[in-house]
Amino acid sequence: MSNDPVDILIIGAGASGAALAWTLAETRMRIVCLEQGDWLNPAEYPSVGKDWESRQYSDFSISPNRRKRVTDYPVNDQDSPISVANFNGVGGSTILYAGHYPRFHPSDFRVKTLDGVADDWPLDYTDLEPYYAENDKMMGVSGLAGDPAYPPKPAVMPPLPLGKSGQVLGKGFNAMGWHWWPSDSAIASTTYDGRDKCANLGACTVGCAQGAKASSDITYWPHAIRAGVEVRTRCRVREISVNENDMASGVTYYDVDGNEQFQAAEVVVLACNGVGTPRILLNSVSNRFPNGLANRNGLVGKNLMFHPYASIQGIFDQPLDGYMGPGNCIWSQQFYETDRSRDFVRGFTYEITRGRGPIATALTGMFSGRIPWGEEHHQRYRELFNRITGMVAICEDLPEPHNTVSLDPELKDSDGIPAPKITYKLSDNSRRMLDYAVDRGAEILEAAGATDVMTEAPIAVGGWHLMGTTRMGVDPEHSVVNEWGRSHDVRNLFVVDGSIFVTSAGVNPTRTIQALSLYIGDTIKKRLTTLFD
Amino acid sequence: MSNEEPLLASDLPLSEPQREILRTLIGSIIPASRDYDAPGADDPLIFKDILVTARSYTDMFEAGLEDIDQQAIRDHDGVGFAALSETDRRAMAAQLSRALNPFLRTLVSITAQCYYRDDRVMQALGMEPRPPFPEGFTIEEGDWTLLEPVRRRGKLYRDVDG
Repeated sequence: MSNDPVDILIIGAGASGAALAWTLAETRMRIVCLEQGDWLNPAEYPSVGKDWESRQYSDFSISPNRRKRVTDYPVNDQDSPISVANFNGVGGSTILYAGHYPRFHPSDFRVKTLDGVADDWPLDYTDLEPYYAENDKMMGVSGLAGDPAYPPKPAVMPPLPLGKSGQVLGKGFNAMGWHWWPSDSAIASTTYDGRDKCANLGACTVGCAQGAKASSDITYWPHAIRAGVEVRTRCRVREISVNENDMASGVTYYDVDGNEQFQAAEVVVLACNGVGTPRILLNSVSNRFPNGLANRNGLVGKNLMFHPYASIQGIFDQPLDGYMGPGNCIWSQQFYETDRSRDFVRGFTYEITRGRGPIATALTGMFSGRIPWGEEHHQRYRELFNRITGMVAICEDLPEPHNTVSLDPELKDSDGIPAPKITYKLSDNSRRMLDYAVDRGAEILEAAGATDVMTEAPIAVGGWHLMGTTRMGVDPEHSVVNEWGRSHDVRNLFVVDGSIFVTSAGVNPTRTIQALSLYIGDTIKKRLTTLFD
Repeated sequence: MSNEEPLLASDLPLSEPQREILRTLIGSIIPASRDYDAPGADDPLIFKDILVTARSYTDMFEAGLEDIDQQAIRDHDGVGFAALSETDRRAMAAQLSRALNPFLRTLVSITAQCYYRDDRVMQALGMEPRPPFPEGFTIEEGDWTLLEPVRRRGKLYRDVDG
């Protein structure tokens, strides 16, 4: 390993860092990616053992505070009703994501114009459309063309099976006269790009041992590495340095042995998600940037958006898919767009969660009082086992400056780097949207034949999507990066992860994060001779 | 699986009396069932799995079990939890289940995790006692004609001009 200067230094090997590395590789520049985690070995994923479900509560937990791997950093999220979920390693959070893979809608980029709230994006759906298409091919997306909730878009592979759960709920939506459609999923329904097709393991969210789920370690990275990109694991970046011209000169990081290293670079790119990216910027304090790098307007870490989630689950008196099959199945965007007759603006997507495993069934029943202690346990358990299906509602969050990522004054990671602190308050608009989603979701389940409905809103552990903390825009006073991801303050510093989102939309962000990363990469390629102007 | 590995008693957490309280308690949470041909959570193999899993929570378990035992002694004339009559034990278990403190929530979680990965329990539920990978499972494709009403209703997304 050499720390000779590189052309492009990417921090973070997750969804966005992988896409950027791949698209820039054709330039033949020297590109290095520093990743604090490891390469994951699919042969060691939980689904190869009978204890697969338990490991969601330990080394494959979505919570870094529970997982506590040496490659994780702690997050103080005590001042938030929603806790942070992530994963650190090559592939980032795509290792544990469900593979729900919706695009944004045209209206999502024009929130201010259409609904008078938040801000418009400095680009639109048509700008991103070719990059969505390119990304769809790289990741491999299963779906069904013709969804009336979207402009026409091709499906790369056929949809995942409806199964018993999808059919029951599809009938429920039909009874209400409401939209539903097979979900776009980053899960291969056929063999694709050297990956095997989905085997219905039912364990998508603990890493896919089959290799059917498109985590970026098995999609973009093999192609990028073959094209010459270098990935260095167990390298945890502490700070980005700048020179007297306000240009980034490189990064200081700790290697696997805890030794401090410096990597010089012509261009530095942050791809560390909506919490990790502002954390590094705020830790990068210098005389020229006393409040953190790229933070002269004080916006770094502000406007944190989650997607507040509601869970609405029904109990049925017939066998459903239960522990088998991918969680992804169908979605509904009946309530996606603003309807002025409701008491909230913007909207949400219902994503059907196919079923749950035997342990999750037990915990759901025992903690909700539906499964008692004692002899009745077995009978009541069997009334729930393989008989639960339902949905989550993923609600659009709006940017608010008081929702922040800052540095915790005391908490540090194992290298002594200050940890992030989350301060987040659920807005009244989100609260009303959640309540509405729960009520309509219960109606769908009852129309589908549910005998009982269980709800949780917001889902306390549901901070999967971390957005908005270095927002993009054309105005340097009101944004951190410009319309192609370059810092307003530091002209060779870029951000390509969900931090740059202006608004959150009511869908999972990964497909848009990756399309944006490809868009920014393409812009860099087109502007190479004038990149720092 | 961990419950197939030989373990010395000294490798396990908790003192012998504490283990007995724990064994009695988890047997009250999920007792054996002849009707469903299912072992209880106090079955030796499952109990060992629970003990191994609980090693990360030894301090919490020691304190929580001590509290339960002291409550039994207070309420039942000096009789500890493990020595209660079946009637008294069931009554106390029902009381505990109605107000789950952090220890009991952790205990319930670990008990469920270890119980529902036991081969005999999986078989009693009609599952094959194997991990999901590599065989996987079969999901029926389903009836795609269910989408016809959705197709007929037509476009749903909002146009954006300019």
